Amino acid sequence: MGKLLLVWRLTTKDLRHRPGEAVLLLLAIATAATALTLGMALHGATNNPYAATRAATNGPDVVVTEVPGGPGNPGPVNAAVLTRLDHASGVVAHSGPYPVTWALVRARGLTAGAEIDGRSSAPSSVDQPKLTSGSWVRPGGAVVEGGFARALGLAIGDRITLGRVSFRVVGIAVTAAIPNYPGVCFLGCEMPGSLGNYNPGLIWLTQTDAERVAALSAEPVAYFADLKLSDPAQANNFANAYDANTSPRAPFLLSWQSIRNEDATTISNDQLVLITGSWLLGLLALASVAVLVGGRMAGQTRRVGLVKAVGGTPGLVATVFLFEHVLLALCAAGAGLLAGWLTAPLLTGPGAGLVGAPGPPPLGTSAIGLVTAMALGVAVIATFVPAIRAARISTVSALGDAVRTPRRRAWVVAFSARLPVPLLLGLRLAARRPRRLVLSALSVAITASGIVAVLAVHATDASPGFLAPNNPQNLQLDQVTSVISAMLIILAVVNAILIAWAMALDARHSSALARALGATPRQVGTALSVAQIFPALAGALLGIPGGIGLYDAAKHGGSTAVPPVSWLGAMVLGTVLVVAVLTVIPARIGARRPVAEILQAETA
Amino acid sequence: MDALILVRARGLRKEYGKGEGLVRAVHGVDLDVAAGETLAVMGPSGCGKSTLLHLLGGLDRPSGGELWLNGRRTDQMGERALARMRRSDVGFVFQAFHLMDELTAKENVELPALLAGRPPRQARRRAIELLGQVGLAERADHLPSALSGGQRQRVAIARALANEPLVVLADEPTGNLDSAAALDVLRLFEVLHLSGMTLVIVTHDNRVASAADRVISMRDGAFVDELLTSGTTTGNLADFARIGG
Repeated sequence: MGKLLLVWRLTTKDLRHRPGEAVLLLLAIATAATALTLGMALHGATNNPYAATRAATNGPDVVVTEVPGGPGNPGPVNAAVLTRLDHASGVVAHSGPYPVTWALVRARGLTAGAEIDGRSSAPSSVDQPKLTSGSWVRPGGAVVEGGFARALGLAIGDRITLGRVSFRVVGIAVTAAIPNYPGVCFLGCEMPGSLGNYNPGLIWLTQTDAERVAALSAEPVAYFADLKLSDPAQANNFANAYDANTSPRAPFLLSWQSIRNEDATTISNDQLVLITGSWLLGLLALASVAVLVGGRMAGQTRRVGLVKAVGGTPGLVATVFLFEHVLLALCAAGAGLLAGWLTAPLLTGPGAGLVGAPGPPPLGTSAIGLVTAMALGVAVIATFVPAIRAARISTVSALGDAVRTPRRRAWVVAFSARLPVPLLLGLRLAARRPRRLVLSALSVAITASGIVAVLAVHATDASPGFLAPNNPQNLQLDQVTSVISAMLIILAVVNAILIAWAMALDARHSSALARALGATPRQVGTALSVAQIFPALAGALLGIPGGIGLYDAAKHGGSTAVPPVSWLGAMVLGTVLVVAVLTVIPARIGARRPVAEILQAETA
Repeated sequence: MDALILVRARGLRKEYGKGEGLVRAVHGVDLDVAAGETLAVMGPSGCGKSTLLHLLGGLDRPSGGELWLNGRRTDQMGERALARMRRSDVGFVFQAFHLMDELTAKENVELPALLAGRPPRQARRRAIELLGQVGLAERADHLPSALSGGQRQRVAIARALANEPLVVLADEPTGNLDSAAALDVLRLFEVLHLSGMTLVIVTHDNRVASAADRVISMRDGAFVDELLTSGTTTGNLADFARIGG
């Protein structure tokens, strides 16, 4: 009990003695914990809006599709085959079949693909799309799906051209029978020619108008029908059983659960980005904590000596050191969980394609456990080596505040002798602490990866044939990637300052000595920047493949979007410049102190 | 200004703190050091002798007074000019050696020459030559951690000479050394003295002082006595003895 009390007292005293460092540690770990919490909280976030939309539209339990084209179904299709399912066992209601076709849509100077659903002007008993504004289809009047309308920037009264026929937008609606834009083709599309370049959105017309557009454009016609089952929960089994036991020419069935999951794809992309981002932030936090702990350890050597001199065992010293950081990690995990839980609804809005609001983020014990484990892992991994070092250092050395001998790299010394003074000093400084160099490079690489991933999203937006400056999937992905990148940049800036600070502290003696031997303050300051620029450059270059890989992982396949070389070049130069500028601050502060004062302090 | 006077100080002051906490580390010092002269500054700990040395070498800035080195006013110089002056005109020897731990003896000695922009080969040749002069040619490739205290101080002396300075300023050069090592260092200073090098040595060591042309005693930041090696005192030796207790 006495020992526990001692550990507690030593820990709290030290935290109170250095509140700034404790806050920085807390901030670094909490940022990573927040991102991970957000990622976990997004799981299933669209379930509630989908359920609300399904209820509002009397959405089908199963959608039956008969799409022409493909090896099993080369010719025109017959709507009659769909009606056979109306009386299948378990089916209690149905609507359709409705003719469906595809055409180019031109609106507000944009061209896109459209799936046209031919519907009756009268309300349908099953799957009657819910109008969010305007009125339902009438001859010459089109209703546009909410997500697609937002992507095209359409409003009631706008004119659109489908194939060769002009229509007025009379309504904007949502449905639970077809996944939101741009997931419409999940139910099957037949888009020959130039149409194949587009990801279509959904537009409802009257049945007659739909057939007219198909005839004028010579596009194929498919048929969709909607079924209601006596037990909606069995929709998946119903659809799977039918699809598994029929020929390829037979209609294809999809359950409402499959459509809901497809609607969640946008969120699942966000979730993937957030979880990947949170691990990146976790790594950055690890780098921050390692640098901070290393700096704290260097500042606490004498204190460790004092604890040992008055009878503290090596175990006690290591325990205090570890306990202090575990305590901070637990607080950071709590703060991160709370921040993530509170901010998750901002990233999980239902979008224009669904109605209803997402429920509170589902944070189970496993999510809480994972976030806490990540926070503890970061703290323990970063603290373990310094704690062991503190335990092992001899009391006399610790009381003498012995500085760790820097690494010697003979080839660096020989090579740098040929370089101008700032490079000579900078290269030698960098080579003194290779582990810090690696940490610095990794920290920059992680941040650069985040930035390149955002650039890749923008490069995709700008690629020809891709409608979507306003593609909701891309908008949301862009938003989430930007949030993660902003967090990465903030943490990386903190990291760069910490690393520069640690390096300036470590180099205090050698810099003062170099000044005593004739190096100017500017040469010494530039040398500190140069020492940081090497790892920054390496990190920025590593970030290019890292960011492209991150984007590829988030978008689930498809072609790789590589940002233009000029963007990447600007990113590398910008990163190096920012790091150099950030390093100037501690270098300037260091240069203000008289050389004699530093040299005397080091020998005191 | 007398061409023979290499270092000149008039009313030199260095103060720390304010109000009641004001400490006068150097208080109105007037000093002339002639070219080729060896001057020893003695006094108890905290009397301001090291601070004086730092002011003379441009490692610290005076709070007041005037300071010249080789005819140039240094107390008004900017940091860059001071750095250039230290590089070309001054060599430092510190009590704690202040060698770079990760550099070998020869790499430490060549560093001032590299900072002065000398070609690496020339800097290396000069370093090896200087290490030979201080008797450490065979230790040129050793790291400081593999050298004894006396050897480290000899490396530091070699480094101080790398750019052929006008004056060598030594702060307690034998303070961290045993008797044998201190004797080695003393011999080196004697050689430097005989070669015409101007030396200002802050020391507690009477043996070092006895080798000087002139010994100045300091107390509370001010000169209290000046003794020429001929045995004449210029002033207040009696006062100094009384204050020193």
